[in-house]
Amino acid sequence: MKIHEYQAKEVLRKFGVKTLRSVPCFSVDEAAAAGKTLGGKVWVVKAQIHAGGRGKGGGVKLAKSPEELKTLASSILGMQLVTPQTGPEGQKVRRLLIEEGADIKKEYYVAMVTDRASQRVVLMASSEGGMDIEEVAHKTPEKIHKVTIDPMVGLTDAQAEDIARKIGIPDGSLAQARDLLKLLYKAFDETDASLAEINPLILTGDGSVIALDAKINFDENALFRHPEIVALRDLDEENPAEIEASKFGLSYIELDGNIGCLVNGAGLAMATMDICKLYGGSPANFLDVGGGASTEKVTEAFKIMLKNPSLKAILVNIFGGIMKCDVIAQGVVEAARQVKLSVPLVVRLEGTNVDLGKQILADSGLPILSASNMADAAQKAVAAVKKAA
Amino acid sequence: MSILINKNTRVLTQGITGKTGQFHTKTGKEYANGAACYVAGVTPKKGGQSYEGIPIFETVKEAKAATGANVSVIYVPPPFAAAAIDEAVEADMDLVICITDGIPVRDMIRTKYKMQGKRTLLIGPNCPGVITPDEIKIGIMPGHIHKRGPIGVLSRSGTLTYEAVGQLMEVGLGQSSCVGIGGDPVNGMKHIDVMKMFNDDPQTEAVVMVGEIGGTDEEDCARWVKANMKKPVIGFIAGLTAPPGKRMGHAGAIISGGKGTATEKLRVMEECGIKVTRNPAEMGKLMKSVLK
Repeated sequence: MKIHEYQAKEVLRKFGVKTLRSVPCFSVDEAAAAGKTLGGKVWVVKAQIHAGGRGKGGGVKLAKSPEELKTLASSILGMQLVTPQTGPEGQKVRRLLIEEGADIKKEYYVAMVTDRASQRVVLMASSEGGMDIEEVAHKTPEKIHKVTIDPMVGLTDAQAEDIARKIGIPDGSLAQARDLLKLLYKAFDETDASLAEINPLILTGDGSVIALDAKINFDENALFRHPEIVALRDLDEENPAEIEASKFGLSYIELDGNIGCLVNGAGLAMATMDICKLYGGSPANFLDVGGGASTEKVTEAFKIMLKNPSLKAILVNIFGGIMKCDVIAQGVVEAARQVKLSVPLVVRLEGTNVDLGKQILADSGLPILSASNMADAAQKAVAAVKKAA
Repeated sequence: MSILINKNTRVLTQGITGKTGQFHTKTGKEYANGAACYVAGVTPKKGGQSYEGIPIFETVKEAKAATGANVSVIYVPPPFAAAAIDEAVEADMDLVICITDGIPVRDMIRTKYKMQGKRTLLIGPNCPGVITPDEIKIGIMPGHIHKRGPIGVLSRSGTLTYEAVGQLMEVGLGQSSCVGIGGDPVNGMKHIDVMKMFNDDPQTEAVVMVGEIGGTDEEDCARWVKANMKKPVIGFIAGLTAPPGKRMGHAGAIISGGKGTATEKLRVMEECGIKVTRNPAEMGKLMKSVLK
């Protein structure tokens, strides 16, 4: 689960990580008032959306007067912000963060992630702050320093100081950097984060080490023990169909094609998308109905897929293990009737009670195209789309 | 022969009184030698009871001592599943197969830390389990689609593994063992660990390796195959059409930072001499062609 920068900073502040003073705002008036509250002569107006690269898209601007602050706030709030991570349609800006200015002497990069290779949390840091870290990793990998964290001990003083030194934090500020890194790990660990990134971490003119930006993602499997994190979820930042799907225990991701894929199991669901493409089609979604798909679940899955205006056909691919093919066939037939299905439906069933399942489909009187295997199913779905066009 | 489990394996089910644990213990008991293989169940505070004639114990240690169980299968709910793995490791089981999906990564990091220096092997979590056809089935896969034979099957997914098995059966190839290692980022045995076992298993003549986007486990395995494998390996990677940055159902199935793409995995596998197909419907045919 993702949260906004201002929320991430609130989380980090609770653990003692130093940030600048800032105020989250939902309107231009609030932004103007925030400028007064913060005082000073310069303010940074920062668009709050979940996608990164906000600066590149014009979502982060410096205001040098209260008037400019107001002008910038009104131009950014409500804009459709396009960044390298949003896709061409962009994301509407509904929240701002107004932050006090800072005397930035140097920018660094620090992040913690779950590292699959070591099966531990890894701290990554670089002297190249404020940059696209993937680019740094690609062009100058020697500038990225890593340390693996022992889960029972946590990040040690020696590890934190060593990495701070390696990225070029001056001696006078080492203790501050060490403490900040240790607090960052504490926050990461105690909130079940999957990523905590500060880009940039700054050194100010007076030698302070401060988190200028903050991004935290959380492990969705651990949200059950963090109601305080769940409360930070911003549904405006998520795809409405994906939210709807999650209510029914369906794992759904919208894609840009036109063949709706309804599959049991994540691996098979991806393979079904792949085979559609292989035969010249294009998947409209990833959809895993999970292990125990009921008629209700299949009906909801159909409804969600049908809301996608690009949808031209539906391909159901079920390999029944726990899930019996006759039960799923019954579900598909009832769902198709309930939603008065208007697009071609291709169904491929395999596994437990497959013959019974196929019989139910054949007896339903519905124009269901039955497929004998995955390739046949994909070809039939692609042909159905072409015929409809 | 086979790998990991056979007819002499003695299984205990952790979480045997839950609905899922009961269902799959029953189907496991009904499969091949299951009646002799499934010897114990564990659920705290329910010791002394029984299910389908299988005695239930308070702890794994007690169950092991009383029944000689050497493999544990876990159907415990996610908040308690990592602790269940810890308990089985503490009891010095040979193998733990954790079916549970949705265990927090933080818990698994600690569990793997505690497993260092222990001899217990872990398959999963978030996996379908392991089957040695016509001998023993431990997990949630449909037993009847399998048949004993020369092909090892290794996969990160559940139903996609069944798909591979189904295709092997269509071309007349049975399986030595089928192992689903699960779709989580922090888990037990990796592709490479299971591949080594298939290489050493006399019954296994060739291996189907099924992977998916995320991480670099398939690449690590492919490089090992190139240097050490004595048997043909064919492969498929799911997720060529998956967009970056999106978690595709499995917690570990995500392309992040430009890493873990299907294209890259397929490239490395091919480079390492593994015959791959980009068509998930042709895994069986490809295996048949390799064996000729």
